[in-house]
Amino acid sequence: MIDRQPHDHSATGVAAADVEEPSAVSLQPPGPPRLLGWARENLFGSVPNTVMTLLALALLWEVVPPFLSWALVHAQWGGDGAACRQAEGACWALVGERHRLMLFGVYPYDQHWRPLLATAILVTLLATSAVRAFWRPWLLWAWLAGFAVIALLMWGGVLGMPYVETDMWGGLPLTLALAVLGIALAFPLSIVLALGRRSELPVIRAFSVAYIELVRGIPLVSVLFMASVMFPLFLPEGVTIDKLLRALVGMVLFTAAYLAEAVRGGLQAVPRGQEEAADALGLSYWRKMRLIVLPQALRLVIPPIVNQFISCFKDTSLVTIVGLYDLLAATKAALADPEWRPFFVEGYVAAALVYWSFCFFMSRYSQWLEHQLATGQKR
Amino acid sequence: MAVGQGHVVKRSLLNSARFRGIVYQVLVVLVVLAVGWYLVRNTLVNLEARGIATGLDFLEREAGFGIGESLIAYSPADSYLHALAVGLLNTLQVSVLGIAAATVIGLVVGISRLSGNWLVARLATLYVEGVRNIPLLLQLFVWYGLVTALPGPRQALNPVPGIFLSNRGLKVPLPESHPLYPWLALALAVGLLAAWGVRRWALGRHARSGRPFPWVLTGIALVLGLPALVFVAGGAPLVWNVPQLRGFNFVGGGALSPEFAALLAGLSVYTAAFIAEIVRSGILAVPAGQTEAAQALGLSRAKTLRLIVLPQALRVIIPPLSSQYLNLTKNSSLAVAIGYPDLVSVANTTINQTGQAVEGVGVVMAAFLTISLALSLLMNWYNERVALVTR
Repeated sequence: MIDRQPHDHSATGVAAADVEEPSAVSLQPPGPPRLLGWARENLFGSVPNTVMTLLALALLWEVVPPFLSWALVHAQWGGDGAACRQAEGACWALVGERHRLMLFGVYPYDQHWRPLLATAILVTLLATSAVRAFWRPWLLWAWLAGFAVIALLMWGGVLGMPYVETDMWGGLPLTLALAVLGIALAFPLSIVLALGRRSELPVIRAFSVAYIELVRGIPLVSVLFMASVMFPLFLPEGVTIDKLLRALVGMVLFTAAYLAEAVRGGLQAVPRGQEEAADALGLSYWRKMRLIVLPQALRLVIPPIVNQFISCFKDTSLVTIVGLYDLLAATKAALADPEWRPFFVEGYVAAALVYWSFCFFMSRYSQWLEHQLATGQKR
Repeated sequence: MAVGQGHVVKRSLLNSARFRGIVYQVLVVLVVLAVGWYLVRNTLVNLEARGIATGLDFLEREAGFGIGESLIAYSPADSYLHALAVGLLNTLQVSVLGIAAATVIGLVVGISRLSGNWLVARLATLYVEGVRNIPLLLQLFVWYGLVTALPGPRQALNPVPGIFLSNRGLKVPLPESHPLYPWLALALAVGLLAAWGVRRWALGRHARSGRPFPWVLTGIALVLGLPALVFVAGGAPLVWNVPQLRGFNFVGGGALSPEFAALLAGLSVYTAAFIAEIVRSGILAVPAGQTEAAQALGLSRAKTLRLIVLPQALRVIIPPLSSQYLNLTKNSSLAVAIGYPDLVSVANTTINQTGQAVEGVGVVMAAFLTISLALSLLMNWYNERVALVTR
């Protein structure tokens, strides 16, 4: 007990430490210093292991020094395209010059504080939602209020902010909003589809299966094209639907099919006895689902939903193809300028870093959450 | 008593779950039909207003647009149907090659992540975490940018004699065709068949008598040896058609267009990261006790992996792997962003020219659903073969 408190300055503690110390030292195995021993064990344990290590080192030697020289040593950090052409390394000046176009697209330049604020609100809301202690009804209201403020900021037209059409929206706020709205609006639809797929009524089951399998069988690009080409045909004459809204509807319809399968996984994981118990209590179908089954199922599907959110976030980049200016399209547009065109790699690296940091932290969060939520089930 | 009887009398059809079920289903069908009818009517009215005829007649008409690369003969004078077939073949081509490449890279990276070698495992982790968190489309733009930023044909990179890498794509030498070559293919087929027969016989004998037969080595010898024998017997006719610079481009040899190369690289590198994770989790899912038991029985490391670990890991790997294969096939539609003429890209051109959006999207959907269905049937068949046989 005492040797667990090495900083105990009481007489007994010191005495105990004096007694314990020699044995602690003698327990250390004799052998090479720690680093060498580690290297011998993990890098040079056997002949194949040594060969692999040497190959990996050779690869690193081929890649890392030239990369560092390109990215840091010979990089051009400021100036214009002409200065970059003189430099041997990366042209980070491009990011400094064009980052506002990359982040906010063609949104009016002097109004960029509005999409910036909208992005800040979205990121704050996302970060808040990541904390389990905040999973309370007020969070839903916070999201609704947040989206109201964001819509107000982006559209403007009040409080002295000039009106901005959705055609001008772009960049990171568009990417984030599409991903969040895509998941949020797909979620209720996916619950209906998942319940439908597990329904005992054959017609409802058939419709759900047909929808889910049909949508999962085709690429998102086709769905987005369908949304941009066919939706105008579906509507009565004279009614037009915004390009952004069309893409959003396409994303929602697509995501719902995938999310429905995740929800179905959760529904299947709820023990059959729970449903039978609810039936025995005489609960109606909807009360049984709302009070007994869904609360247990949805808790299980939170990590898959986060994963679906990550792929939804990456998939928003496809709206580039139907002509919306999300982060990727805005980056592409920023690189179209002949002055900067040779430095496309730097531009894409910057955009990739933004995507990567969002996706990486969300996937780490999803793993952590899975661990956290599983603690109740562990024995 | 009277109250109870009153309940029985009042009990209406509405209290029968069966009846309510039928009512709900009829309602759902009616709603779906109503929405469908509304959409179809609007579409017909809109199409009429734009002067577009419905139906699949347009497929017979002349396409009138060129397609950069094609596996079958195609000219702008051919029909739209022909153009769509070219697109479908291009999709299949890039998907099949991409699946093969992604599987190989994914397998190597996935096993590397579990390697006892610290450096190799870290590098594999770096690859997986780096690649799968960046959108595929962005990666495709970078690949395409890199391929087109290569020097022109006159300054083409020449890493290996005969192979030229330029902004016109990758040019490789191909053997000139020779009357012997069809016989080589036949010899290969015979070799495969013979190897299969040897395997059946060897496994049967092993099961009956316990005496093993090295059917893997025999099979490899048969598959490679028979064509080699025919090749040598036929006088080893081999003339390489090496690409040569004529004017502004290369003539002769085989070619990989820049679009195709970028798409193939992007698809396989991206999907490989996901396959690596599937392989890793599959191997981790095999209990350590299995390996220990195999070693206790005195099996070598290679045999432990081949006979004990991999067959059990495959059961876990196959279902998610097949969905990754489907994902790759569907992702090949991103070709439209870099100008590779895949099915979606050809269908888009068709839609833009004819205005027949509904039919065009329908063709794309039907093609992808057929591919998905065929691939899942194939993978399900394979999955059943490796699945755990229980009583």
